[in-house]
Amino acid sequence: MSDNIYLPYLVAIEKITQEAPGVKTFRLKFKDEEVARSFEFKAGQFGEYSTFGEGESTFCIASSPTRKGYIECTFREAGKVTSALAKLEEGQTMGFRGPYGNTFPLDEWKGKSLLFIAGGIALPPMRCVIWNALDTRSNFKDINILYGAKSVADLVYKHELKEWEERPDVNLLTTVDPGGETPEWKGQVGFVPAALERMNPSAENTIAIVCGPPVMIKFTFPVLDKLGFKPENIYTTLENRMKCGVGKCGRCNVGSKYVCKDGPVFSRAQLDALPPEY
Amino acid sequence: MEQKYIPKASLKAWLTKVNDGGRRLYAPVTENGKTNFKRVKSVDEISMAHIQTAQSVKGVAFPRAEKLFSYVRQQGDVALQDYNPSDIPDTVVFGLHPCDAAAFKPLSGIFGWGAQDKPFSERMQRVTLVGVSCGRSDVFCFCTSVNGHPGSAEGSDILLTAVGDDGYLVEIITDKGQALVEKGAELFEAATGVSKEEHLAEVPVRFSVEEVQRKIAGMFDSDIWKKQSARCVGCGACAFVCPACACFDIQENAKGSGAGDRIRCWDSCGFSLFTLHTSGHNPRSVQSQRWRQRLLHKFCYMPQRLSTRGCTGCGRCSRACPVDMNLAEHLNEIERL
Repeated sequence: MSDNIYLPYLVAIEKITQEAPGVKTFRLKFKDEEVARSFEFKAGQFGEYSTFGEGESTFCIASSPTRKGYIECTFREAGKVTSALAKLEEGQTMGFRGPYGNTFPLDEWKGKSLLFIAGGIALPPMRCVIWNALDTRSNFKDINILYGAKSVADLVYKHELKEWEERPDVNLLTTVDPGGETPEWKGQVGFVPAALERMNPSAENTIAIVCGPPVMIKFTFPVLDKLGFKPENIYTTLENRMKCGVGKCGRCNVGSKYVCKDGPVFSRAQLDALPPEY
Repeated sequence: MEQKYIPKASLKAWLTKVNDGGRRLYAPVTENGKTNFKRVKSVDEISMAHIQTAQSVKGVAFPRAEKLFSYVRQQGDVALQDYNPSDIPDTVVFGLHPCDAAAFKPLSGIFGWGAQDKPFSERMQRVTLVGVSCGRSDVFCFCTSVNGHPGSAEGSDILLTAVGDDGYLVEIITDKGQALVEKGAELFEAATGVSKEEHLAEVPVRFSVEEVQRKIAGMFDSDIWKKQSARCVGCGACAFVCPACACFDIQENAKGSGAGDRIRCWDSCGFSLFTLHTSGHNPRSVQSQRWRQRLLHKFCYMPQRLSTRGCTGCGRCSRACPVDMNLAEHLNEIERL
């Protein structure tokens, strides 16, 4: 093993899933068998994914640590690196550095109910936690998921949404922004904060995990307040721009906290103590 | 710590011996009116007439652009060639001032925080610093305001202080320094007992850094950032000349035909692109937020997280600023709030 923190592992793209327009999931396998055997991570951690020729991009690990032998990432084709990643094909090799950052404290949440609230392309960081919780289902009480996207086409993990919908031990609510529905759409229409108000989940013994664009988070927090969720029972994950992932390159800090080292997972109570620099 | 004396004529002879045997000697060289640290072939190239070099010498451990590893792509597969520290030659820096030597502490703090940064640590291991105390200063110098001193030995392996016109007091601070002295031990004489203090520049204290740090920690929402940075053009010159700035970018240096290097290069928190998300959202979207980050990082976050300060008072940022922003004045203003 190299002690060069910038040297990525080589990973092979085992499977590519087109999730939504411009959104893909890669299933990645470590090419080095020793690394494949020993690699471990926890829910909430992220990595630097790279194409050799265009560079690195930061995403969470979207698969659950309970699913061994591979990791997955889901990304939207948006910038230089993600556009180059999107051109890769199954069987090709790319780079991965990680896992970096802290984790969702699933051990502390044992015996509690979980409420997941996600918007758009922010479901991937939460999907890791959802599957982690579902694969250790007896550790938790109720599991509620509220997921919203701009349009029906923009919903990611459609096959998994169906699975969650059909599971008796999960309550899934999906919503799309007004105008994003299709004639066949059976879910809700409306923005996530409004859907949450209608959903009216209990705050009792419940942890809320919220991931989404800043505007969604901004309007969702007051609804959670109204529902009685305490700041220490609300969690989110921040996605500031990063390069190194290990606290050196200097760009992801929020006040004195580094998203790459102190985060990316923060409780709302922790966020409230930080300056609004994210 | 051992003290010796070396006559001026012998210093050249010693440096010539040092600049031999596979070592690289970096020293101040004046070209086209600018003095900077350059690799010298002959010690006659060295010029010590300056107060401060335009650039710091941090590049010996944190080069402006540095290869982190290389790759070759072949038919969907990739071969990596790891960073190879044996490519790094032993390097001696002569003539850096105490403010530059002291800056390796904050740099080491950042690169050693948590995971060790191998490119930096490998270079540091191979660098010996021969500092020279300051006999002169200018209005931009403020080392004494940040617990530094024109004759401080902190960070240097050897510190020379010109005592009169004929020679230098030599303070041998580390084993590395001792090993370098031994390259020409016969050229050194017994210390004369002369004190270096009277030969040092006077650098007035321009602010109380303890007071600045106490105040700045609670100033995130202050209006002062807008006021102080209203004229900042965001050029990033302050970061590029700073001996303690370590922010970097990681980029691809693709060479065509599937081969290339992943490199890191200096970056600056003063640039709007530094924190820009792909979505267009930018946590530090305006220059006042970036100026605040610069000062808080150096005088609040680094002391809190790394027990070191990101400033050694060299004054380069103020000398280089195209719109005459003067860090010492701005910190003095913060102290007086």
